[in-house]
Amino acid sequence: MEYSYNDLKKIASKCRRNILEQVYSASSGHIGGSLSCIDILVTIYFKHANVDINNSKWEDRDRVILSKGHCSPALYSVLAEKGFIDKDLLKTFRKKDSILQGHPDMKHIPGVDMSSGSLGQGLSVANGIALAGRMDKRDYKVFCILGDGEVQEGQIWEAAMTAAHYKLNNVIAFLDYNNLQIDGKVEDVMNIANVADKFKAFNFNVIEIDGHDFEQIDNAIIKAKQEKEKPSIIIAKTIKGKGISFMENVAKWHGEAPKEEDYRIAKNELETGGVI
Amino acid sequence: MIATRESYGKALAELGEKNNNIVVLDADLSSATKTKEFASKFSDRFINLGIAEQDMLATAAGLATCGKIPFASTFAVFASGRAYDQIRNSICYPNLNVKIAATHAGITVGEDGATHQALEDINIMKSLPNMTVLCPCDDISTKWAIKEAAEINGPVYIRLTRPKVENIYDENEIFQLGKVKVIGDGKDIAFITNGITMHECIKAKEILKENGINVRIIDLHTVKPVDKQAIVETAKIVKHIITVEDHNVIGGIGSIVADVLSEEYPTKIYKIGINDEFGKSGKWNELLTHYGLDGSSIANKAIEIINKDK
Repeated sequence: MEYSYNDLKKIASKCRRNILEQVYSASSGHIGGSLSCIDILVTIYFKHANVDINNSKWEDRDRVILSKGHCSPALYSVLAEKGFIDKDLLKTFRKKDSILQGHPDMKHIPGVDMSSGSLGQGLSVANGIALAGRMDKRDYKVFCILGDGEVQEGQIWEAAMTAAHYKLNNVIAFLDYNNLQIDGKVEDVMNIANVADKFKAFNFNVIEIDGHDFEQIDNAIIKAKQEKEKPSIIIAKTIKGKGISFMENVAKWHGEAPKEEDYRIAKNELETGGVI
Repeated sequence: MIATRESYGKALAELGEKNNNIVVLDADLSSATKTKEFASKFSDRFINLGIAEQDMLATAAGLATCGKIPFASTFAVFASGRAYDQIRNSICYPNLNVKIAATHAGITVGEDGATHQALEDINIMKSLPNMTVLCPCDDISTKWAIKEAAEINGPVYIRLTRPKVENIYDENEIFQLGKVKVIGDGKDIAFITNGITMHECIKAKEILKENGINVRIIDLHTVKPVDKQAIVETAKIVKHIITVEDHNVIGGIGSIVADVLSEEYPTKIYKIGINDEFGKSGKWNELLTHYGLDGSSIANKAIEIINKDK
């Protein structure tokens, strides 16, 4: 099935509602960063990722590594919309007997390609998967979603060197550049700028986009798929908390769950199409 | 004479021949870790990450998710220390099939000194759920350990050392995961040990025999899962248990044995090892003597203990 950009917008809207529901019912979770990367994840899963919901271990599948693992609500929302997991499970997020662990658990959740949560490791993992693909002559792609705070971890740069050294053109990374981390603005806590230049210097194919524009996300992936020599990184300018007016660009919504009053306002905005 | 790291290099190359899923990773130490033998034969299955151990272990995790059997090597101090979080969160937590063949463990690293001498790696690795920990002492047991590691479904840490050693076992010896090997049947002293100090305990055994003291040596080649039954049986039979290790006395074999016995069969034990201090530079055999880990020192300690009885 072919999805139009309008279709993607509708799916993303449902996903935003799913994200809100998960975090609210758990009274816990990372809502800001989930809302900033959801449009990227929706585009990947509904326009590009070659996956099989009936065979989550299919050896030729494209992989998606959520290196910024704390944004599991975003991943779980998309997996639910796609059909890997039951939508009913979403309300069990972070609860004691749920498979929907606080951070992605590859052992128990169909569709999760790697357990993550400790930042800085996903790009190395993506490289490992890409190297396996090359050894086995499988031409799947490996998508890897990084956080902007996350690139403060040194291991990311080790992995960047590796990806370029081994010419892993099957690695397509995204940087969810929402410019906020827990202690404030990324540029104030530990400046990562100019991050696009940094990745270019590390021999990546760098594409810069608006991370909430489906056409731009789509075109960037198409372009990245054509790259023959280098790993790609799509630096997506995003808004933390995107879609819920009072959360947009506010650092505290990194890991704070909305209370009832905020939840009702947010729910209403998402249902009536409010801000988007 | 062959070092266990060299036995590893050979065993790995043989394994690579038989199994196409074996892939090997190194962090610029392949001539020291001996992965270069595999690398020269199977260059398309060898990945050098350069001096980047965290990257190496997480890359190994990625390969494991695709059905590969990665053997990742570096010095024990860097494998267990620097890449700890990657081993914990990207390998042990998702229970991925990565084998960490860590060479140059203990003070027998020698001249490189303290920053390179891993004295806490057993402690660190044994505390990780899903991890199997193996410490073979010679060429025969190392070859078994590497083959066994490849068969185990899940993470394995294999502790290997730098110096050349004699064979303790013969070609036809059978080893079982989680089951000790026993050398000798003395009832006065049992040395519980593994790795390089197996050789020193054998020397001590000979010295003690001349002194009328009869020794058995327990090779704890599988540190985890530990052979609780054998440890308890040993405590029931011998007069004294002495644990011997090229490792901190905190958290290594001594602690493991004390753990088992206090729960199952409370017994006073004696520990010989590195007494919660860092190592230093020197020739490996001189360092063993300096830290009380050579055959003579071990024998003297045993005599001291026996004499206290009288």
